[in-house]
Amino acid sequence: MHIHTLERNWLWVAGSVVALLLGTIVYTAIAHNIHPPGQMETIDSASLHLGGEFAEDQLGVRVGADGQIRVTLVAARYGFFPRNIELPSGTPITFRIASADVLHGIHAPMTNLGTMIVPGYVSTVTTLFPKPGEYPLLCNEYCGLGHDHMWSKLTVVDPQNWHPDR
Amino acid sequence: MLDTASKKFVLYHFWVAFAAFGLASVLGFYQVLERSGLLPLIESSRVYFASVSTHGVLMAFVLTTFFIMGFGYATACNALRMPLWNPRLAWVGFWLAVAGTLLAAVPLLSGKASVLYTFYPPIQAHTLFYIGATLLVVGSWVWCFIMIRMYLDWKKQHPGATVPLPMYATTANAILWLWASLGVALEVLFQLIPWALGWVDTVDPGLARTLFSWTLHPIVYFWLIPAYIALYSRVPQAAGGRLFSDELARVAFVMLLVLSLPIGFHHLYMDPEQGSGFKLAHAVGTFLVALPTLLTGFTVTASLEMAGRTRGGVGLMGWIGALPWRNPVVLAALLSLLMLIAGGFGGIVNASYAMNTMVHNTAWVPGHFHLIFAGTTVILYMAIAYDLWPGLTGRQLHSTSAPLLQLWTWFIGIIVLTSPWHVLGLLGQPRRISSVTYNSLLTLAWTPYELAMIVGGAIMLASALLFLHILAKSQKKGVMAPASTLDQTDSAESGAPVHSLLNGFKVWNLVILVLMLANYGYPILQFFLTRTYGSVAFGY
Repeated sequence: MHIHTLERNWLWVAGSVVALLLGTIVYTAIAHNIHPPGQMETIDSASLHLGGEFAEDQLGVRVGADGQIRVTLVAARYGFFPRNIELPSGTPITFRIASADVLHGIHAPMTNLGTMIVPGYVSTVTTLFPKPGEYPLLCNEYCGLGHDHMWSKLTVVDPQNWHPDR
Repeated sequence: MLDTASKKFVLYHFWVAFAAFGLASVLGFYQVLERSGLLPLIESSRVYFASVSTHGVLMAFVLTTFFIMGFGYATACNALRMPLWNPRLAWVGFWLAVAGTLLAAVPLLSGKASVLYTFYPPIQAHTLFYIGATLLVVGSWVWCFIMIRMYLDWKKQHPGATVPLPMYATTANAILWLWASLGVALEVLFQLIPWALGWVDTVDPGLARTLFSWTLHPIVYFWLIPAYIALYSRVPQAAGGRLFSDELARVAFVMLLVLSLPIGFHHLYMDPEQGSGFKLAHAVGTFLVALPTLLTGFTVTASLEMAGRTRGGVGLMGWIGALPWRNPVVLAALLSLLMLIAGGFGGIVNASYAMNTMVHNTAWVPGHFHLIFAGTTVILYMAIAYDLWPGLTGRQLHSTSAPLLQLWTWFIGIIVLTSPWHVLGLLGQPRRISSVTYNSLLTLAWTPYELAMIVGGAIMLASALLFLHILAKSQKKGVMAPASTLDQTDSAESGAPVHSLLNGFKVWNLVILVLMLANYGYPILQFFLTRTYGSVAFGY
């Protein structure tokens, strides 16, 4: 190989930039446990309504015995159910979401809440909302001709004003 | 060494590609208009999603595949100075691809395949759509085999000689596409077609998405490599200089081939069916594949600087002004590099693992890929067409200024279209919506950008139509080109010997096999090891 000095220098620069970016990502992933959602967990999307975690009466916000707040949602054409949820700010919250029909995606703009929802799989994501306010929960994956209309509402309130339903 | 029949053959490919491009451009403009909500009369999610699906298929599959095949045949004949191998088989490949395109067009245009170009099961399209897409890919496989055959024949006839760079890169692209298309082929042949025909009741969307991701990243490099071939093998000469380094160019193409394949999970960062470990492994590969592009940016810029200085440019920046900006190939290269820098930056954001949450499936993403594909890549397709047209048609371009106007307006249109999309994405607007119905104050912030994108779309449509006009008028009415300029396309300097690793692909195919097994082996196998639940078909 004949590598010109300038090329050699550039390769060092390019390599260093990539190493720096990758180093940051791998470091935050391992040391701070910052990952996108991802753990394979299957579910029969055709029978969510027949019982279990995603049955209608089980959906919504609940506080576990350990104090951890958990939100169970079903994504189905065309909404995230239940349609309105209220959560405290500054508190870690775990969302568990399953699709009852096709592909969906959930995103609350200006927050870190986002995941794909794939039929046959449970999406789990844990995040917190730093600021109180009203946030739309938007479907961000094409799911049919009514896709534009698929959204629900998230209200984030100060923890002192938040009272869990159950 | 393109004979008359082969020239006609290449022109057929280019015209199918550019006709698809013209139609898709019209659809694109309709989409920005419909999406803005300005004209209630044209509001229709049914038409919109049929249009988006057709736009995607025409741009991403038809324009690219036919352009790449035509350019590949021309490059192989010119660079190797060989006649086209087995023209009859090559025509079979062409007609297979045309038949596939037409078969898929029927359900697409009649709204029976509004599943977007990424297929998205369990929403089901008409069977003809899947069969048409398959035939298009099978047609392109014929091209791959002919490219590899011509490369092997040349090597046999020239033992020990260095394969000319444009052909080395073209062969890399043929091998890349064979590897890449295998993923989507498995999805369509073993999942979607049996399911669409009713032979099986259910499909596993998780497996389908995993297989599609196998194709979805390298396909981007399948589109990009012809543009890089032009940057390496035509631009330095057109600017009045020479290529800074032939060897590093080969290194770049090998890296693109090897590293672009095992990294598709950056499309699945937000998906539940794959685990964090494999996603992180693919993220590492995704960053590594930035290296060949950084290398290309350096080599092409260095080549241009040498040209600029030869032409009398002095000082730190003076060589830039001294470049022949009125040469379409040079102009397109410069604009392309500018868009590549901006688009590459956005790409690094997308690739950044957990940070992808911020932009996933927002308008940022189409902003990014329009900048990189319609911008960086297609502007070089246009320049290649201008460059090859006199040789292919025997006539000069009918105007020297119209192509410059066309390239500049394309660049400006892309910037005006994609900048608002990037902002809209950061403001949380989802991609792939046909209207804004959310009852949220947030949407008020979106309006000005929605208006700006209409302006960008209009400029791009005008530029696209001007492009087709220039090609058609030149072919019909251009002045006969002097014979000396007809076959100037071979820039091949098969001189300096290179390491055998940079003159062949055997080792690299093994490396790819190992990397694919490592990064896709278990993630695919897991669907067969665990109890998974398929999904019945849904309409839309």
